Amino acid sequence: MIELKHLSKVYDNGKTRVEAIRDINLTIEDGDIFGIIGLSGAGKSTLIRCINFLEKPTEGQVIFDGVDLGAISHKELLKKRQDMSMIFQSFNLLSQRTVIDNVCFPLEIAGTGKKEARKRATELLEVVGLSDKQKSYPVQLSGGQQQRVAIARALATNPKVLLCDEATSALDPNTTSSILNLLKEINRTMGVTIIVITHEMRVIEQICNKVAVIDSSRIVEEGPVKEVFTAPKSQIAKQLILPKNDFVQEVEGLNCLRLVFDGTSAFEPVISSLSRECDTDVNIIWANTKSIEGRTYGQMIIQIPEEKEKETAIKAYLDSKKITYKEEGINVE
Amino acid sequence: MLNSAMVGLLGVSLWETIYMVIISTLLAYAFGLPIGVILNITAKDGICPNKPVNSVLGVIVNVFRSVPFLILLIWMLPFTKMVVGTMVGPTSVIVPLVVSAAPFVGRMVESSLNEIDGGVIEAAQSMGSSSWQIIYKVLIPEAKPSLIIGAAISITTILGYSAMAGIVGGGGLGAVATNYGLYRYNNEVMLITIVIIVVIVQIFQEIGMMAAKKLDKRLK
Ligand SMILES: Nc1ncnc2c1ncn2[C@@H]1O[C@H](COP(=O)(O)OP(=O)(O)OP(=O)(O)O)[C@@H](O)[C@H]1O
Ligand SMILES: [Mg+2]
Repeated sequence: MIELKHLSKVYDNGKTRVEAIRDINLTIEDGDIFGIIGLSGAGKSTLIRCINFLEKPTEGQVIFDGVDLGAISHKELLKKRQDMSMIFQSFNLLSQRTVIDNVCFPLEIAGTGKKEARKRATELLEVVGLSDKQKSYPVQLSGGQQQRVAIARALATNPKVLLCDEATSALDPNTTSSILNLLKEINRTMGVTIIVITHEMRVIEQICNKVAVIDSSRIVEEGPVKEVFTAPKSQIAKQLILPKNDFVQEVEGLNCLRLVFDGTSAFEPVISSLSRECDTDVNIIWANTKSIEGRTYGQMIIQIPEEKEKETAIKAYLDSKKITYKEEGINVE
Repeated sequence: MLNSAMVGLLGVSLWETIYMVIISTLLAYAFGLPIGVILNITAKDGICPNKPVNSVLGVIVNVFRSVPFLILLIWMLPFTKMVVGTMVGPTSVIVPLVVSAAPFVGRMVESSLNEIDGGVIEAAQSMGSSSWQIIYKVLIPEAKPSLIIGAAISITTILGYSAMAGIVGGGGLGAVATNYGLYRYNNEVMLITIVIIVVIVQIFQEIGMMAAKKLDKRLK
């Protein structure tokens, strides 16, 4: 378990003073895949680098499994870091080492025997699906493959926590998905707690169970992904989560309802049964719904007939299904 | 005309030059490599930032680098005598050569290490590497190709210095060029020594570049 208590970091070079993170309080439970999302410059990297003390927080504490990282000696800190590995946007592999030697690197640092290290590295390369690339050099690999090597390397010392700073931001969508699936798999099978820093909502959607939204150095919202996702409260969360509407022109003058799916129902049957029950046609103008943990979340705007009784019937039906709706709230913001 | 005595003299001088250059280069690296590493790691964005150490060492390096070699050599004669017991001959030249080349090597090493991507160092830190481990497992191995190119440049610079040392009794090819070319206007001998020096420089340069290319795993 990681507890961040009143964590702040100020960069002050005498001339300019930047408060990169301010009074951050978060608890990350064992087994979580915890997402931290925010716009560029919000303080995400600073926050994650404070967690393993690559950056010394100006104020506050990082408590990792009951140990205050700020209160232990440098030597003990180095040891602790072997329990919390990190992967990066730019992979950061050693360019002059082969793939397998890269994976062995943290084991060399930890003082593991050569033979044992090789064995472990071979196993891990199998886990990340790169057994055939052992002898290759990083330059010979694609970005996705390099990140897989980095993941294998990060897992070498059997860490309890994996810190990911924009780990998929340099990858294309398909590769991103496969890397995220790998992370999820690692979390499930090895029980590694994962902290994911990102500016992309879909990363959170795909793997996280909890999320914190960071804006201008502060955490503005936090909670289980499904809660934050269905009902974002902060302006910035809305901006990140809800899609921009580029359809206002077309919708004007139409009789519309915005439906909000909070995971209790799947939308397909709802719409078709709504048409059936109310004996009317509904037109899906726009939808942005997502499946998270097998349930549907998101919003949809449907056009309904102008007739008053049809509208009442539709609303009654939605009420009976406990689906939240709002009349023509085109503006997402 | 080139007689056998002259050929013999050139042979001995060539050997003296190679001896001076190799030993000086090795010693210059023995001092220069740590200097370069310290300059790199104590810099503002290095792994052990330390402004006083960095500034003081930087100034010392700059001072020694800005004194022309010949002047340094003459100025150091008493010190040389103290260290090796003589002020003439190839061995005596090694002392000023090392003193002059080590700061140069230090800067070469520093700039090679500066080229390393900070992210890789950060990754090593995130795995709990100590500073010492970062130096010998990350900085130096990652900079190897660049360090080798630097070594080829350093060795040719030292070769040039060693030739200058010939003027003041340092022996080697420089002495031959001075004694025969300068004092006796023997253009032929002069030319031969120049050719030999050029060939040696070429050889070192080529070997360095080839080794760097062959060893650089980023190029495949
Ligand atoms: N070493 C530093 N010195 C001074 N200011 C810094 C330093 N590192 C970060 N900052 C500042 O702190 C703020 C937060 O930076 P940070 O890198 O944490 O943002 P981020 O959320 O990771 O952004 P991005 O998504 O672009 O990576 C920025 O204003 C940045 O300029
Ligand atoms: Mg960042």
